[in-house]
Amino acid sequence: MKSLTFSMRDLICGLFFIAVGLFFAIQAYGLDIGTAFKMGPGYFPLVLAGLLVIFGIIVIIQGTQVEHEPMGPIAWRGMLFILPAPILFGLTVRGLGFVPSLFLAGMLAAFASSKMRPGTALLLVGGLTLFSVIVFSYALGLPFRRFGPWLGQ
Amino acid sequence: MELLDNLTLGFVTAGHPWNLLFCLIGVILGTLIGVLPGIGATATIAMLLPLTFQLEPVSSLIMLAGIYYGAQYGGSTTAILINMPGESSSAVTAIDGYQMARKGRAGAALAIAAIGSFFAGTVSTVLVAVFAPPLTAVALQFGSAEYFSLMIVGLVSSIALAHGSVVKALGMVVLGLLLGLVGTDIYTGTPRFNLGILELSDGLNFVALAVGVFGIAEILRNLENEHDRDVMIKKVSNLWPTREDWKAMAAPILRGTAIGSALGILPGGGAILASFASYTVEKRISKTPKEFGKGAIAGVAGPESANNAGAQTSFIPMLTLGIPANPVMALMIGAMIIQGIVPGPNVATEQPALFWGIIASMWIGNLMLILLNLPMIGLWVKLLTIPYYMLFPAIIVFCSIGVYSVNSNVFDLYAVAFFGLLGYGLSKLRCEPAPLLLGFVLGPLLEEHLRRAMIMSRGDPTTFLTRPISLTLLILAAAVLVIVLLPSIRKKRDEVFVED
Repeated sequence: MKSLTFSMRDLICGLFFIAVGLFFAIQAYGLDIGTAFKMGPGYFPLVLAGLLVIFGIIVIIQGTQVEHEPMGPIAWRGMLFILPAPILFGLTVRGLGFVPSLFLAGMLAAFASSKMRPGTALLLVGGLTLFSVIVFSYALGLPFRRFGPWLGQ
Repeated sequence: MELLDNLTLGFVTAGHPWNLLFCLIGVILGTLIGVLPGIGATATIAMLLPLTFQLEPVSSLIMLAGIYYGAQYGGSTTAILINMPGESSSAVTAIDGYQMARKGRAGAALAIAAIGSFFAGTVSTVLVAVFAPPLTAVALQFGSAEYFSLMIVGLVSSIALAHGSVVKALGMVVLGLLLGLVGTDIYTGTPRFNLGILELSDGLNFVALAVGVFGIAEILRNLENEHDRDVMIKKVSNLWPTREDWKAMAAPILRGTAIGSALGILPGGGAILASFASYTVEKRISKTPKEFGKGAIAGVAGPESANNAGAQTSFIPMLTLGIPANPVMALMIGAMIIQGIVPGPNVATEQPALFWGIIASMWIGNLMLILLNLPMIGLWVKLLTIPYYMLFPAIIVFCSIGVYSVNSNVFDLYAVAFFGLLGYGLSKLRCEPAPLLLGFVLGPLLEEHLRRAMIMSRGDPTTFLTRPISLTLLILAAAVLVIVLLPSIRKKRDEVFVED
């Protein structure tokens, strides 16, 4: 008898599907469901959410049948530097303006690689910022303020 | 001849100097991202989409289309030279193309790929021109039931193309559909699933989602283990194929074009499926199947023709029905909507210059690619040696600018980070993003047509089965689903995708 073991990957995936499905189902339940003839805003989402929960359960069950593969390396450093970059840009673009904000976001993202050196990053991101300002701000005329109010402009 | 009139209109539109310029920019950009590691056509088009709003609709669509098929050319270059397909549709080209390169025949392999692609591009441009109008006429008869069934076919086909677990792919489609419903219900104006966040009342931003799950997640995957790419072939010479090469490639190019054109038209089909199918066929009918994997010319010529033909004909469902066959087509539809064009059968009659201009530009773009790329091969080889850590900061910067420029809304930038994390997490769980994006685009349409069809039939769900076109489409969808679930075929499918 083979003992019942769960594939970590499939277990997480299945639980994720079930959780998202339940979230949408609960939300949809608060809306008008309506009938098959006159569907309300909750009808179609409720059906989909139900399907997602079912798929989640099937994924977990199937996970007990297959050989388990390791998850492989996870890009922790990448996530730490890459994901905050657009957020930093979003937080500062209004206040600092397009040019400094873009430079800061680029510098942050650049250090996601362990191979990046500060000098290289400065040159690379500086060049990128210059290029972006010329192309997007001047040539394409995107309506961004180049330097913002936080800099006293 | 109506066809000739239409094509003339198309070539006049596409031949306008301004449009020629954007076509050129598109194909060069496409080749560039095809060659560069870690950024695909989907992410690039998503990123550039907002920047094309200032352009004329026809110019912007010509450029975006150019990026798509340009990337196929660039992708085959890396597949042949360093055994790394730049785009997944060139994955099979790497098998025999790289072996040819190792035998010192890199130049011939590149030329065969380019010639095959150009021939396929020419034939399929004509096919699009011939088949689009009758399909448009059929599509004008479509009611809501037919549209609903057609979208089901498209979604099911996207599952067939995903790697790995079918159930996970189904889950991704449903997740995409649900995400597409976030915002406000169109019939009643009821807000739903917006978590009380004001910015979500218009729904999630399509560009932010596409950039996040394709662009950002891809960078994170590449950063898992960074390694330098070694370019073995420093110099490419002897581009022109020999007489024997021409003989060996003629038949596979013809077969590849036919296979690619047919598979590209299917919703959910397109370039990837076409190239795999062509490789399988060539191997099966070859007199020397042992040559395959060791540098068979047919193994390069067939799939390269097929993927280009498939890429071109996948425009047919997009242009005639407004239904995307793959994520890139979903983005093109997004581009049309933003430009104020309602995608669907009316595009051909209401905007003939746009419709035929795009078709004609595909042929012009293919010609540009073959004229530009073979002489410029040295430049592309140099680009191959750029290390990845010099590239990804640029991708992040351009993604941020692109997303922000959609509505100048900082919330969209936070959404990019969220979807980047989601996309990366899902890829770790072996869930693919393509069905999710298709679901997201089709979600609101699917619901609208479902509700409308049910109202028209007074709540009778058999309406989908009693209308002949709808029934045919649903049978097709069921057949595809049964086929991918059959154990024997699943095994075959896994084998085919193993090379990827």
